[in-house]
Amino acid sequence: MSHAATHTIEHAEEGLGVYTQKLGMWVFLCSEVMFFTALIGSYIILRWGSAESWPVPAETLNIPVTALNTFILICSSVSMVKAYAAAVHDDQRGLKRWLLTTVLGGATFVGVQAYEYIHLIGKGFLPSSGLFGSTFYTMTGFHGFHVTCGVISMAYCTLRAFRGKYAGGNFHGIETVGLYWHFVDLVWIILFTIVYLF
Amino acid sequence: MATAEHKHPNYIAIWIYLAVLTGVELVVALLHFLPRQMLIGALIFLAIWKALLVALYFMHLRFEPKRLVVMVLAPLPLAVILVLFVMTEFGK
Repeated sequence: MSHAATHTIEHAEEGLGVYTQKLGMWVFLCSEVMFFTALIGSYIILRWGSAESWPVPAETLNIPVTALNTFILICSSVSMVKAYAAAVHDDQRGLKRWLLTTVLGGATFVGVQAYEYIHLIGKGFLPSSGLFGSTFYTMTGFHGFHVTCGVISMAYCTLRAFRGKYAGGNFHGIETVGLYWHFVDLVWIILFTIVYLF
Repeated sequence: MATAEHKHPNYIAIWIYLAVLTGVELVVALLHFLPRQMLIGALIFLAIWKALLVALYFMHLRFEPKRLVVMVLAPLPLAVILVLFVMTEFGK
């Protein structure tokens, strides 16, 4: 690589004062903010603009089970951030342990959501059950898809951690996946309030 | 490795904080002691409070360069415009 090319890349790396992977993830997350805003905005507008009376969510949905699931997702965010701290301090045992805990937490969330869907469909509450049905499944379905992608990404990171790929304070991959994971947690905090508690 | 030189916040304390706020949300939502409009206001306030804790401490926005924070905040006014301005249609 010529001196000029090296200089250009180093200069580009300085960008916003963060490394490129992290910046890329933040740009992606900004686009995700607008994606979820469109979904949440549509829900609010359909709900308050609806001529018919809207069903009370607590009468259809199981709030205590979902509240527990929300707590599980928050716990997995904490374990993710602990994994990041372990990676920064080159604590390989801690990194593997916390990553596994996070994958387990995320998978549990998806499992409980699948159980919830099966239960609701069994009760006859389907995506075709009016506006509430379609908006509920669209929002929670897209969120669940995001969680599933997060679990797969973190399972991959866990495999890499067991192969020692994050040794020597190489934490960038963990921090970048972590940002995605916390964002998914953040979106659920908003969705849980809007879909389940209102 | 350059970044991450900031001190780690007390993640467990933030976890307890989030758990307590989730508990408060449930109490407010399920016990119905507030009028409807106040209930919605309180729940939005609590959700934003929790989301801020996650963004500031778990996503480390508090410790990031200002320029990145500005970039991240940019979609938020757009999100508010998208939702609130259409809601005025219903006068609520």
